[in-house]
Amino acid sequence: MTTTTLGTAAPVAVAAPTPRRRRRGLAPGKRLPAARLAGPLLLLVLWAAASAAGRLDPGAIPAPWTVLGTGARLWTDGTLPTDVLTSLERAAYGFAIGLTAGVVLALASGLSRTGEALIDGTVQLNRAIPVLGLIPLFILWLGIGETFKIAIIAIVVYIPIYLNTHAALSGIDHRFVELAEVQGLSRLQFVRQIVIPGALPGFFVGLRLGVTGSWLGLVVLEQINATSGLGYMMFQAQNYGQSDVILVGLLIYGVFGLVSDSAVRLIERRVLSWRRTLSN
Amino acid sequence: MAPHTEQLTRPAVRLRGLTRSFDGRTVLDGVDLDIPAGQFVALLGHSGSGKSTLLRAVAGLDHEVAGSGELTAPERVSVVFQDSRLLPWRRVLDNVLLGLDGKQAERQGREALAEVGLAGRERAWPNELSGGEAQRAALARSLVREPELLLADEPFGALDALTRIRMHTLLRELWERHRPSVLLVTHDVDEAIVLADRVLVLDHGRIGLDLTIDRPHPRSYRDPRLGEYRERLLAALGVTEDHQ
Repeated sequence: MTTTTLGTAAPVAVAAPTPRRRRRGLAPGKRLPAARLAGPLLLLVLWAAASAAGRLDPGAIPAPWTVLGTGARLWTDGTLPTDVLTSLERAAYGFAIGLTAGVVLALASGLSRTGEALIDGTVQLNRAIPVLGLIPLFILWLGIGETFKIAIIAIVVYIPIYLNTHAALSGIDHRFVELAEVQGLSRLQFVRQIVIPGALPGFFVGLRLGVTGSWLGLVVLEQINATSGLGYMMFQAQNYGQSDVILVGLLIYGVFGLVSDSAVRLIERRVLSWRRTLSN
Repeated sequence: MAPHTEQLTRPAVRLRGLTRSFDGRTVLDGVDLDIPAGQFVALLGHSGSGKSTLLRAVAGLDHEVAGSGELTAPERVSVVFQDSRLLPWRRVLDNVLLGLDGKQAERQGREALAEVGLAGRERAWPNELSGGEAQRAALARSLVREPELLLADEPFGALDALTRIRMHTLLRELWERHRPSVLLVTHDVDEAIVLADRVLVLDHGRIGLDLTIDRPHPRSYRDPRLGEYRERLLAALGVTEDHQ
């Protein structure tokens, strides 16, 4: 009976079922295309515009095209390729040694109680000493050549790799240990099939910190104690007031950092593909 | 209760005076128990009654727990836990094959997955599975080793009611096909009655009641004849019907 329509009655304010509006999403939404490049590109545009408008002192901040021109000139006269190669070599050696040491020490300390007793405290002690504070001592020990630079970079790299890998190794879920016992896994199978894959996410966190650390160490070493390399080139440029050369050096450091970090991320995504289903 | 004297083979599981204690608190107080080969046994008890301790002792998972007693268990024992315990970094089939290798094992793994209704999901990652599917995969992992004894520690405790009923049917079917001895730890009286042929109640560290359930399978929760068993079990657990 309530369904009969009321002939010509005055329009009643019926509480019409309002269409259910979708709730506003709180997630940031879809990624913008080339999102990681947008910010740096905007900065570049602002820099170029300010230079073109004559708002920047060319002695302090030269225009982008001046920097590019200087880069091209240094490249063709052969000094830049030599410096870049020297720097890359240092970083690569230091990183390789640091990576190996970090992983080996983390495994030794994460998989055996004796190893933990011997290694973990020592690394923690090492971590507490600012690595750059070791530079004078290392110069005395190893001379001012390549060896001490590589040694410092290796130390900067191994610490975060060790710490994160060790934390991941000792944080393996106890339930998985029990599972391995029930399934009758041997010690080796347990390490290879459960411990190492389980520790990989932590290792990659350490790896990314280590890669960044290797460049950081390089910059400091080359600016204070070098006779060649990118930092040396910039140090010289400072003496002659060549801000464009300094900017060339900084840009190259930046590109190195960005490329190496992206490379690690790419490997991480490949290796940890099982995690992708989680973040989606 | 009369022991199963008709069984000619020696029991699959034999416990004599099994005692376990944690920090001086006795959890198992001299348990004697025989489980004949191929019997489906459910173990009931309050939380903290020691039922998981008993299961872990039989599974050999209680290192560093103080205790004494005699324990015999078969060579091939599989355990199903309350959580599926699938390794998130291995695909479903590789999880089923954990600890095995070879072509032969792989074929058996695929068969086991098909048996639990997961054919076609071999390449899935564990976190793509629903709770019920993950627990099926865990069942497949325990079956693929053709266990003589299957230990299950509240394996359906984390599942929703509908999934649980489906899993009961599946577990019973699998048992009928493979005939392992089963020790199912549960706190659910109905689950024990519907699934098991013998129900034990653990009370103060001892077997308080040993009840043989002599009804044909498949059993229904609504079978009135099961009500009598339920009452006896609830009484042994110290629960009276009017509390239900």
